[in-house]
Amino acid sequence: MTAIRFEDVTKVYSDGTVAIENVSYEVEEGTTTVLVGPSGCGKTTTMKLVNRLEDPSGGTVYYEGSDVEELDRIDLRRDIGYVIQEIGLFGHMTVGENIATVPELKGWDESRIDERIDELLELMDMPPEDYCDQYPRELSGGQRQRVGIARALASEPDVMLMDEPFGALDPITRENLQDEFLELQQQIDTTILFVTHSIDEALKMGDKIAIYDVGQVVQYDTPQEILENPANEFVEDFVGADRGLKRLQVTQVQTIMSEPGAEADTGTAIAADGNGKMDVTLSPADSAQVALSRMIQHDVEKLPVVADSAVVGTVTKDTIHNIARRGD
Amino acid sequence: MIAESLASSGITPAVIGGYLEFLASHSTQITQLIVEHLVITLLTIGIALPMGVLLGTFISLYEWAATPILWFAGIMQTIPSIALFGLLIPFLGIGSPPVIISLVLYSQLPIVRNTHIGLTQVDEAAIEAGRGLGMGRLSRLRRVQIPLALPVVMAGVRNAVVIIVGIAAIGAFIGAGGLGDYLFQGIRERNVDMIVVTTVILSALALALDYGFGLSERLLRARNGEEIQSTRLTRIFQQVIA
Amino acid sequence: MGALIEGWQYLLTNFGEFLTLLQEHLFMVAVAELAAIAVAVPAAIVATRSDRAKKWILNVGNVAQTIPTLAIIALVYPLLGIGLKSAIFGIWVYALLPILTNTVTGIENVDRETVNAARGMGMTDWEIMKRIQLPLAIPVIFAGIRTSSVINVGTAYLAFFIGGGGLGLWVISGIQLFNTPQMLAGAIPGALLAICADLLLAGVERYVGRGHDVQVGVSA
Repeated sequence: MTAIRFEDVTKVYSDGTVAIENVSYEVEEGTTTVLVGPSGCGKTTTMKLVNRLEDPSGGTVYYEGSDVEELDRIDLRRDIGYVIQEIGLFGHMTVGENIATVPELKGWDESRIDERIDELLELMDMPPEDYCDQYPRELSGGQRQRVGIARALASEPDVMLMDEPFGALDPITRENLQDEFLELQQQIDTTILFVTHSIDEALKMGDKIAIYDVGQVVQYDTPQEILENPANEFVEDFVGADRGLKRLQVTQVQTIMSEPGAEADTGTAIAADGNGKMDVTLSPADSAQVALSRMIQHDVEKLPVVADSAVVGTVTKDTIHNIARRGD
Repeated sequence: MIAESLASSGITPAVIGGYLEFLASHSTQITQLIVEHLVITLLTIGIALPMGVLLGTFISLYEWAATPILWFAGIMQTIPSIALFGLLIPFLGIGSPPVIISLVLYSQLPIVRNTHIGLTQVDEAAIEAGRGLGMGRLSRLRRVQIPLALPVVMAGVRNAVVIIVGIAAIGAFIGAGGLGDYLFQGIRERNVDMIVVTTVILSALALALDYGFGLSERLLRARNGEEIQSTRLTRIFQQVIA
Repeated sequence: MGALIEGWQYLLTNFGEFLTLLQEHLFMVAVAELAAIAVAVPAAIVATRSDRAKKWILNVGNVAQTIPTLAIIALVYPLLGIGLKSAIFGIWVYALLPILTNTVTGIENVDRETVNAARGMGMTDWEIMKRIQLPLAIPVIFAGIRTSSVINVGTAYLAFFIGGGGLGLWVISGIQLFNTPQMLAGAIPGALLAICADLLLAGVERYVGRGHDVQVGVSA
């Protein structure tokens, strides 16, 4: 199912600036699509067309099959979660009241709202009894953004728009929140449109990536495909010279491991460790980059992949090298 | 004369004609009252400015004194002028002395506060740079802090002048003279022309002084290289100075 | 010192009259202030809807505040004549300005991103005003109310000149008749009234401002 569809969309501002021109692509339900590009490339404008903070000058934006311009602006926005870099938490309201905003606007009854607040704070790893009655200014930057995300999720939206949600955070907090959010994504099954200017964030977060160059989408593809076959020089430059290494980040070991039976000595790593007590293993969802760094750390040539305490495959250094080299 | 010709020409409505006639026939007295008003204002500023700057500098050097002195200056400003005059008359009699003392007290808050802000909120980096260039405490004050604080102090003086002009009018009631004389006389004698003309002149005086001091504040800022919202007049001044 | 004691005695012997004058004074201040809030706050809210109206209010408001209070009071006389209503009207006009400019400034100062977030969440303009902008602007609006209330106590003295009554009666006739005790009995309570009103409202201002001291917004 298509959640959002851009059809030949153009946006020209009243001062004549062309923000985007003839943009067309589809966003699948339940996936995360990252809009990435340099500043002023039109990625944020594209996002604002979805919840009608802007209206297109030409073309049509479809939300769950209907032209957004035929939907009520206010209802549409209430149905779509919205997170911005500046978070925009309401300073005069507690964390709980902030999260309750949209459910209240939608007229949910109080007990349902309270339940939802608790549920979301649990999900964000912020115990409700500690955080519900705090004011935003009492929270750290990372906690504020968690509340921002919880607030956007409050009315169980089918679609979430996130405009550089982690952009204002320090690198460590950003990385933690990205990881948490990836986990969260598995649980909530929401279609996400995510704007960033960082290609690394895009590769990490996106199922699909739309790369923008001044007002145009130059490539719309999976992270792997973008690393493998950049559409043009701009994409190549934007992705960077270390494409090979980035490819390792987006490749999960389960996609490159060999069958467990194929190699008898899956115990190599353990044996190589010297005493056989410490098992150095990988899980299927680990990236090839993690696999490589562990191999270097423990000075081994291959590592077993383990799921539910059973060995499901093996990854070798050679395989990883090949991925890194491919296409360069 | 313009007033007379306008009034006699019959073009202006009768009401405005009346005002202009009053203005024409009382121009000497009105000029006299404006001068009196300005003298009171200048006398007050002559006392209030050094006093306020001194106090402001003092509380910038001795931060513990800042809160009580600013608090006291703030309290002074809340006291109704008529009440303050009443409090001072038993000690100072009537006439200009109680009025000028009251006006000095009223104008302390903006001047002291702004001197304090101007001197303490000078960019730390600028002070540091001055120190780096080998300036002593005094030359730092003279070459860095004071030039940067000046426009802020000027803003305070501007604020004070508007307060002074307004309250000085009330001072006429206890014999200090100035434009207030005509306002009270107008009310007493039910002379609408007198009230309207004096009100307009008094307001114009306040606005003109406000504008003039605002202009000098902007020019001081411009001299420090700050961004200012330039108006046509400031641009002309800047060209003249340059 | 002697003058102060005589003033105190005058106050005690005429306590009944004092209460009446104080009541008149407070009545003028309160009516003018409430009417000023009732007009200025909604007017300022409406003005923030349009850039031109907003600029106009801020410019005219700031200029008008340089016009002396006595000038306003004196002008009311040719317009409305003498009496309590004229007096209250004069006080009201002057009380409007700080509330108007502060309400506009308070609403304008609300962090843009906070408003953007609210809009993106699906609040209507009115909901943004009611739930976000007004609550966040309350401390600034209240500072305007405090300023105008304190000014009112002073303007109410002048209002006596156009028939307003109040404590101005004792001070002004005290000055005219060289009756120092009567003058002080009117001046000191008025000064204390203004100071108390200011301190009291400052306390309320801190109370309504709790939770507002930090604008949550761009953290970078």
